Amino acid sequence: METPKSYTKIFIVLLIVLVVCFFLNICLGSVSIPFKDVVAAILEDNSTKSSWQHIIINYRIPKAVTALLVGSGLGISGLLMQTLFRNPLAGPYVLGLSSGASLGVAIVILGSSLFGGAFSAVLLTKWSLVIASSIGSFLVLLAVILVSIKVKDTMAILIIGLMFASVTAAIVNMLSYFSTAEQLQRYVFWSFGSLGNLSWNELLILSVIYLIGLILTIFSIKSLNALLLGDHYAKSLGLNIKKARFIIIVATSCLAGSITAFAGPIAFIGLAVPHLTKLIFDTSNHRILVPAVLFSGSILMLICDSIAQLPTSEYTLPINAVTSLVGAPVIIWLLMRKKKMFV
Amino acid sequence: MKKESEHIVLKATDLSVGYQSKKQTHTVAKHINFELKKGELVGLIGANGIGKSTLLRTLTKTQQPLGGTIHINNQELTQINQLTLAKQLSLVLTENVSQTNLSVQELIALGRQPYTNWLGTLSATDIEKTAASLDVIQINELAQKKCFELSDGQLQKVMLARALAQDTDLIILDEPTTHLDLYHKVYILKLLQKLAKETHKTILFSTHEINVALSMCDKLIVMKQDKTHFGTPQELISNNAFDDLFPKDLVEFDADSSSFKIK
Repeated sequence: METPKSYTKIFIVLLIVLVVCFFLNICLGSVSIPFKDVVAAILEDNSTKSSWQHIIINYRIPKAVTALLVGSGLGISGLLMQTLFRNPLAGPYVLGLSSGASLGVAIVILGSSLFGGAFSAVLLTKWSLVIASSIGSFLVLLAVILVSIKVKDTMAILIIGLMFASVTAAIVNMLSYFSTAEQLQRYVFWSFGSLGNLSWNELLILSVIYLIGLILTIFSIKSLNALLLGDHYAKSLGLNIKKARFIIIVATSCLAGSITAFAGPIAFIGLAVPHLTKLIFDTSNHRILVPAVLFSGSILMLICDSIAQLPTSEYTLPINAVTSLVGAPVIIWLLMRKKKMFV
Repeated sequence: MKKESEHIVLKATDLSVGYQSKKQTHTVAKHINFELKKGELVGLIGANGIGKSTLLRTLTKTQQPLGGTIHINNQELTQINQLTLAKQLSLVLTENVSQTNLSVQELIALGRQPYTNWLGTLSATDIEKTAASLDVIQINELAQKKCFELSDGQLQKVMLARALAQDTDLIILDEPTTHLDLYHKVYILKLLQKLAKETHKTILFSTHEINVALSMCDKLIVMKQDKTHFGTPQELISNNAFDDLFPKDLVEFDADSSSFKIK
């Protein structure tokens, strides 16, 4: 039915590009390491310098894997939101999901002094950031969904999402006012986004939550395709709308919430990747789109991260700046090239 | 054959429809009675705002009836779960699907969802039924086209094919001819007539094309302010059911030509 041949070709090309980008990403960095030494380090060949091996194994590979998870995860959550709301402009960011995550993290980082003592020590572990961020984003998204049941107009839901973002920003401002400079700096750096700084253990935690989100997404593929026709048709096809919606929301908050907690609120990937993928694959069928978004999200994120590294220089750009600089023109270009943006 | 033709697919008994909020109940129409048999083409007509859409929404379980009962294949509607209902009743709605970048074939295959597994994989039967409904509606040449490339008339045929692929005894259509020109209006209704005859599906549709509906439907449901009539076109005309369908200042029903005339 889906003329699998032509899609297989694109998938193979994407797989090759992905592998190339992954290796390129590992090869590039502040310290220039020759290609053969990179390979040697990966193969745990002891002939190479131990400091280089340390950089590759404990810094660059975790970062590249993080980029993989972040790009694909945000792409998927953007896709889920666009289909659920039948709106091409929807994405985790637009609906205030990452503002919710920001609020959660802000309360933990900036508000930790308010809770005081031993409790704050518990609050400042990386685990607590993940939990705070996930809860924050889940609550905001749940609020948006509750509103969406009452309000039929999708535009209104988007505006309400923006309002949630304003409210959370206001609360973050208030928290900032009562925080120390050190806490504030920590929060600001978190909000710049960063793919580094993740140990293998933290990466494991991220992967587990990411996988839960991904599995829920795979179970939602059938309902996502039904939802393309709108709620009424979907219901007439035997779909339990409330359950399907709930699973999609949980999947989105698992993916976007955990990613935002570990890597900060990364802009534009969630919006740009689904559209880029829909353009390449020219379909709305989620059986194709879900795997396709996984590939193109990973690739785009690896490229953005490689740019952010400013290879051979000792500086690194905030990843958020790079994704915005790459993502925004992509969206503008898409809008100018095509008259229609598909859900 | 006789037994089959007497099988009642959709039955409404003393049905009243409308809206219920915490404070008050707003009844739109009441005392609705009809029985649709297998293979019948039935039109639902009435003035704007008389409650056609409310009745259709109630029949399709989108909203609850205020009173009375609905039976589909002798089973009460409230007792049928959503998935089972999807195998007995398919819909063609006025909702716009042209925002979707699906091919016609993919869209029609979505009609097989009640039968597919958790991932929506199409079985051989599903592919066969999809192809068969493309054949019946005669839109094979559109199969690989994208939905947003279609004209309104083509899109309506595709949506009908999708409903057909769902393989249900009953198809309900909400104003299927609204945006179409006269030729395509008649074309779609002829198609519905053919489907009812050849595939023995029961088809209920709401329409404003009274003249066309009178000449093509087996039975009609006529909704008016105080009463809802049900019967064959001849019965309804001889009972003067159409005389007060609209306010009498602009149009009147002419029984001889069985059509409405502008005064």
